[in-house]
Amino acid sequence: MKCEGLMNPSKKDGYHWVLQRIPSGCAISGIISEEGRRIDGRVIIKSIACMHDRSNGLGGGFAAYGIYPKRKDQYAFHMMFDNMEAKEATEEFFKDVFNVDKDEPIPIHRENGVSNPPILWRYFLEVPENKLEFLSERDYAMKIVMRINSEIEGAFVASSGKNMGAFKGVGYPEDIGKFYKLEDYSAYIWTAHGRFPTNTPGWWGGAHPFTLLDWSVVHNGEISSYGINKRYLEMFGYRLELRTDTEVIAYLFDLLVRKHKLPMDRAVMALASPFWKDIDRMEPGQKKIATAIRQVYGSTLLNGPFSIILGHSTGMIGLNDRIKLRPMTAARKDDMLYMASEESAIREIAPDLDEIWSPKAGTAVIGTLKAEVE
Amino acid sequence: MESQLPAEFIVNVNHEKCRRCKRCVINCSFSAIEFKDKVTPNHRLCVACHRCATFCPESAITITENPLTYKYGYNWTPEIRKNILKQAESGGIILTGMGNPQPYPIYWDHMLIDACQVTNPSIDPLREPMELRTYLGAKPEALEFDGEHDNVSLRTELAPQVKLDIPVVFAAMSYGAISLNAHKALAMAARRMGTLMNTGEGGLHEDLADYTDRIIVQVASGRFGVTSKYLNNSALVEIKIGQGAKPGIGGHLPGEKVGEDISKTRMIPVGTDALSPAPHHDIYSIEDLSQLIYAIKEATDYKKPVSVKIAAVHNVAAIASGIVRSGADIVMIDGFRGGTGAAPMIIRDHVGVPIELALAAVDERLRQEGIRNRASILVGGSIRQSADVVKAIALGADACVIGTAALIAIGCRVCQKCYTGNCAWGIATQKPELVRRLNPEVAADHLCNLLTAWGHEIQEVLGSLGINAIESLRGSRERLRGVGLNQEALDILGIKHAGIGQ
Repeated sequence: MKCEGLMNPSKKDGYHWVLQRIPSGCAISGIISEEGRRIDGRVIIKSIACMHDRSNGLGGGFAAYGIYPKRKDQYAFHMMFDNMEAKEATEEFFKDVFNVDKDEPIPIHRENGVSNPPILWRYFLEVPENKLEFLSERDYAMKIVMRINSEIEGAFVASSGKNMGAFKGVGYPEDIGKFYKLEDYSAYIWTAHGRFPTNTPGWWGGAHPFTLLDWSVVHNGEISSYGINKRYLEMFGYRLELRTDTEVIAYLFDLLVRKHKLPMDRAVMALASPFWKDIDRMEPGQKKIATAIRQVYGSTLLNGPFSIILGHSTGMIGLNDRIKLRPMTAARKDDMLYMASEESAIREIAPDLDEIWSPKAGTAVIGTLKAEVE
Repeated sequence: MESQLPAEFIVNVNHEKCRRCKRCVINCSFSAIEFKDKVTPNHRLCVACHRCATFCPESAITITENPLTYKYGYNWTPEIRKNILKQAESGGIILTGMGNPQPYPIYWDHMLIDACQVTNPSIDPLREPMELRTYLGAKPEALEFDGEHDNVSLRTELAPQVKLDIPVVFAAMSYGAISLNAHKALAMAARRMGTLMNTGEGGLHEDLADYTDRIIVQVASGRFGVTSKYLNNSALVEIKIGQGAKPGIGGHLPGEKVGEDISKTRMIPVGTDALSPAPHHDIYSIEDLSQLIYAIKEATDYKKPVSVKIAAVHNVAAIASGIVRSGADIVMIDGFRGGTGAAPMIIRDHVGVPIELALAAVDERLRQEGIRNRASILVGGSIRQSADVVKAIALGADACVIGTAALIAIGCRVCQKCYTGNCAWGIATQKPELVRRLNPEVAADHLCNLLTAWGHEIQEVLGSLGINAIESLRGSRERLRGVGLNQEALDILGIKHAGIGQ
């Protein structure tokens, strides 16, 4: 199926819901300064460019945390629009549901092998207090994101967190990075993705990172358990409109960590569980926890080949599937934690490292922001 | 008056081969073979149980269908004509045994399973772990923890869970319907394979006391053998509301089957009919069911999951939802093709819903209501092969139950004459000389072999799907496609038609 607009073809098809899911192979890279030092976007572009051959020009993107310190309490919505009508419809909708403090075009650079971009616009938004009688602010914002993506034709939320943003599109990641002028942004966490979709042309909305509020996911692999992960999330009111595996990962973290309040390492244990043979050998306390997690959260287990880097406002997490069917290397240097599909992508930007290792299958690498950053 | 019904089968004896050893005569429990100078069949009495043919040392016996040709009638089939003759002669309800044999659509055979190619690697189950472990029982919606970082402990207390090493358990078949030796074989195999057997409604014979951690004890409308000890010596307790082969009707074990041992186990006098009423006389609505569930939980100190077994009927999804909300930890759904020791043919052949559709509807309904985690779903009613298990789990079942398949593994020839008590294979009989024919150890080996084989087959499929734990298949309908199904059936099953990609 050919898709020319930015939207997943499924939404456009109206009555006939011929939904498309798009598996892909990919390159990922992520860096975090645990001290909260801000670094400009050239570094991450250099890292992901090193893995050029892992993508095929049909999708690239970046997530950056800490880029809007002056508006850190406002939701920064990065929007993609197919046309002016979609933009107008969305702005009408925003007026009803948010206080729009500021809106502006996302600055772009036109000369870098990136063709046919949609209209790219960002909005700084506040939730009116009278809307929060029955809902938390985050649940409210999440509902808005889901409504735009599923109901407004030709409009797509690229990112919706506070003090962060996603910059993504169709092209090689290094071209996308230059297109969005990432050298002008400074962030304490950067993640990047180069995409190699295997069965359809890329579309702007489907590029990584996939985000929800301040969660962002870059992902190499395919989630073979997608079917049940999706149905499980739907039980909790999530609407999975994009049919990408990556969407499932972001929502699962949102459900387990934000809604169910699981400690991050326990959430990771649900998503990439230890094998029963290993659980049976754990000491009783750990065994009880691991057993309960698998009993209760079996439907959240991410099965199939994947390596992912998850960004959120206070940290970055790298995770592999249970038998490490996709590559992932991690490294540290001073306050910096690096993760990438290939060691070369780390060496390219940090030749001198304190340590470098290949994380074990199913074991998360967790980078946490040590101090409160502005 | 001599019956005018023609024989169903013809027993052909090759007298040139026959050594006149009479083994067939001894083996035929239906008196279909006599010895009058030579082996002489009474064709009318043959049920095609194959006992004689199997044990003839000279292979001198073959059984064929009676080639008697009926005048063609698409409408008036020979079966219908024979049934009319039977009823004209007897004035009775036609009794039968085993599951519905009629040619209704078998949805299992219209579903195909996905596999990995290139973009997601398949996994070799001989090299990598491939996990089938399943826990039955209610799960909380979320887990809560105390403490931080390395000192985290679990605050949530989970409801009791029963571990299965393979998501296949043996179906409820009562002592009475089947023999003690069959019960013993099921119990031994359940223990060895890390799964469960089910007493059915006839109580638990004292010889099986050692196996109680592997036994589902049933509480049915007759309340046979139900004591506090019975409830507590179990893996879990099941309230039987209905049975797929005979939804809405009760049961009847004739008095001649109620000998000393069955009398003791069922706690009824020797020689009396064991009647199971159609409804539980203390359950006339869902709140009554809830009372019984909690009465059992009180009696077992909340240490045993409580299952409720129902037959798949038209409104099964709403009923299952009510059962979950009334406190059941497990819902067991028995499809219209499920087996029975005895049922009126009209009920067995014409009442109920295919398990595939019932399962899909129940799982979807519980998810829509956000309560799927509150109970495990067990399904039965003609699970014939491991492929059916895989498809059932992909549709949303936690595990499957097998009755007929287990009996076939220990010798049953599906002759559908269980209700006569003459089972030549020592399975559905209480006659000591017939029960003796079934060696529990050998039968247990066969059951273990069957489950071992199915376990390997399920692992192969998981590997080809690129997943290494059964919970990643459970409810993952995305990995199934329909073939030759209409849109309505596809919608109910929640699957796409083959040929549609992701």
